[in-house]
Amino acid sequence: MEVKDIVNEKNLVYKPSELLTGATFNFCPGCGHGTVVRMIMEIVEEMGIQGDTIGISPVGCSVLLYDFYNIDVIQAAHGRATAVATGVKRVLPEKFVFTYQGDGDLAAIGTGETIHTCNRGENIAIIYINNGTYGMTGGQMAPTTIPGMKTSTSPLGRNVETMGYPLRITDLVAGLEGTYYVTRQSVHTAAAVRKTKRAIRTAFENQKLNKGTSFVEVVSSCNSGWKMTPLQANQWMEENMFPYYPLGDLKANGELIKK
Amino acid sequence: MKELRLMKGNEAIAEAAIRAGADAYFGYPITPQSEILEYLVEQNPEETTGMVILQAESEVAAINMVYGAASTGKRIMTSSSSPGISLMTEGISYLAGAELPCLIVNVARGGPGLGTIQPSQADYFQSTKGGGHGDYRMLVLAPFSVQEMADFVSLGFELAFKYRNPVLILSDGVIGQMMEKVELPEFQPRKTDYEPWGTTGKTPDRERNIITSLNLDALEHEQHNFKLQAKYKQMEEEDTRCETSFCEDAEYLIIAYGASARISRKAVELARAKGIKAGLFRPITLFPFPSKELNEAARNAKGLLSVEMSAGQMIEDVKLATGCRIPVQHFGRYGGVVHAPGEILEALEKLKDNK
Repeated sequence: MEVKDIVNEKNLVYKPSELLTGATFNFCPGCGHGTVVRMIMEIVEEMGIQGDTIGISPVGCSVLLYDFYNIDVIQAAHGRATAVATGVKRVLPEKFVFTYQGDGDLAAIGTGETIHTCNRGENIAIIYINNGTYGMTGGQMAPTTIPGMKTSTSPLGRNVETMGYPLRITDLVAGLEGTYYVTRQSVHTAAAVRKTKRAIRTAFENQKLNKGTSFVEVVSSCNSGWKMTPLQANQWMEENMFPYYPLGDLKANGELIKK
Repeated sequence: MKELRLMKGNEAIAEAAIRAGADAYFGYPITPQSEILEYLVEQNPEETTGMVILQAESEVAAINMVYGAASTGKRIMTSSSSPGISLMTEGISYLAGAELPCLIVNVARGGPGLGTIQPSQADYFQSTKGGGHGDYRMLVLAPFSVQEMADFVSLGFELAFKYRNPVLILSDGVIGQMMEKVELPEFQPRKTDYEPWGTTGKTPDRERNIITSLNLDALEHEQHNFKLQAKYKQMEEEDTRCETSFCEDAEYLIIAYGASARISRKAVELARAKGIKAGLFRPITLFPFPSKELNEAARNAKGLLSVEMSAGQMIEDVKLATGCRIPVQHFGRYGGVVHAPGEILEALEKLKDNK
């Protein structure tokens, strides 16, 4: 049997969302961005809200988000996406507004905007990819780089005595009164992908309730930045990232989850 | 209905924004312009016109809220004073790069650094030469009365949308804080129509709208820059503004804007009383600088005096405009000190006597 015999309508179990433009993703093979980026458009398509959704793209690996999405997108300055989203949502309160940001964007240069947007309870969805490194600029140390982790600006491993501790910003925003839903997920297995998709869908649905900010962290690998194969990166992530960034809901329906 | 009121410059600008049908204001308090935010919150236009007012956590956040809201094609405004405007320059460069209209008000104070809360005109370079990174310009309006503070709001919005570009009202602590009679404009309805380029949600009848200042292809990005430069050229040709007083027979011309222009006008009157043929040339747009008009006003001039509350910034544009064919001198007070008419007259007499 030849490949063309296998690839036909009859055997199709998955097809990309109609809301993806078809442009080739610029993400490295093995990276979690591609999965999260495409599932956001699946959700927008499933909810039938293409005409009511405005995305805010960041600076970093996903800066070109607007190339992939057949919706209106605003490209924000480094770290400022939630302030930009605030501006949009305040003048178009009936629209669905989401930001898509990495850890360098959201938890370093954009810490102030992130905290204050969540604290104001802006009725938006924040999708946050945490891969513990600055992927686009070549794998430098991020606020989320875990202790001992090697990056191009912590080549001997992150030394917490001189470089400080990793920032669990998701835990931080969960404690703010303005957040309504805060969760930490991953996309390294099929089951994890399904859970993350449910979480992002919840973040979008929450906007209808007008109750505050929804914050979805996705712990992801950066095999290029980490200098590993995709498989090694996923394994390393499970063994090293997940203990530091445990998966699961931190806050649901405005209530902190007791552990 | 038009209405006469006694108001502070800052209050006039805020009231004019409500009346101009502005959709939103995002700002952060800083002296000497905090009354703009205070007035807006107190008036609560959210109830009357639907205008959104939000105090941001910083100037950086405020200008990025402007960026987001302006992306939807609505009339968006912010205000600050010198150190705050410095923080906003990142966002202003992005607004200019992404070709977004908005109105920014700078009620300037003395610098550099934290400086003083007293009025100054030392932000001329920052306002007219770009300020942030990249080749961009803002159209800069310089009011010299409370009346113009009010008038330049709707004019500023009009020009911002004409060019899809940020427009700056460069005022100063004198004009912002002083009270004067002002005729307020009539209420304009808020914008209900969508701009074709605005990110309001993709509808089936149009392509997706993308707002970005990024272009990874240098040749394509050069084309974008050509387009921006053509726009700035068009501003020069179509929207340069100035005002002249006593210039017809003037032998000595003072060039001044904002608060300096008001004080210089008094100095010109004092000079005329002493028989000196003095005149005042007041640029209203600082970018584009009214070069042609200055040359015309200075056709019989023997000397030019650039009066600024700075160490001499506009004087460079005066020299460029006149090609240095007429002697130009600068008279300035710095760091928050305001000129007295008498000392401007003295400087004018020195210019006349070629000292």
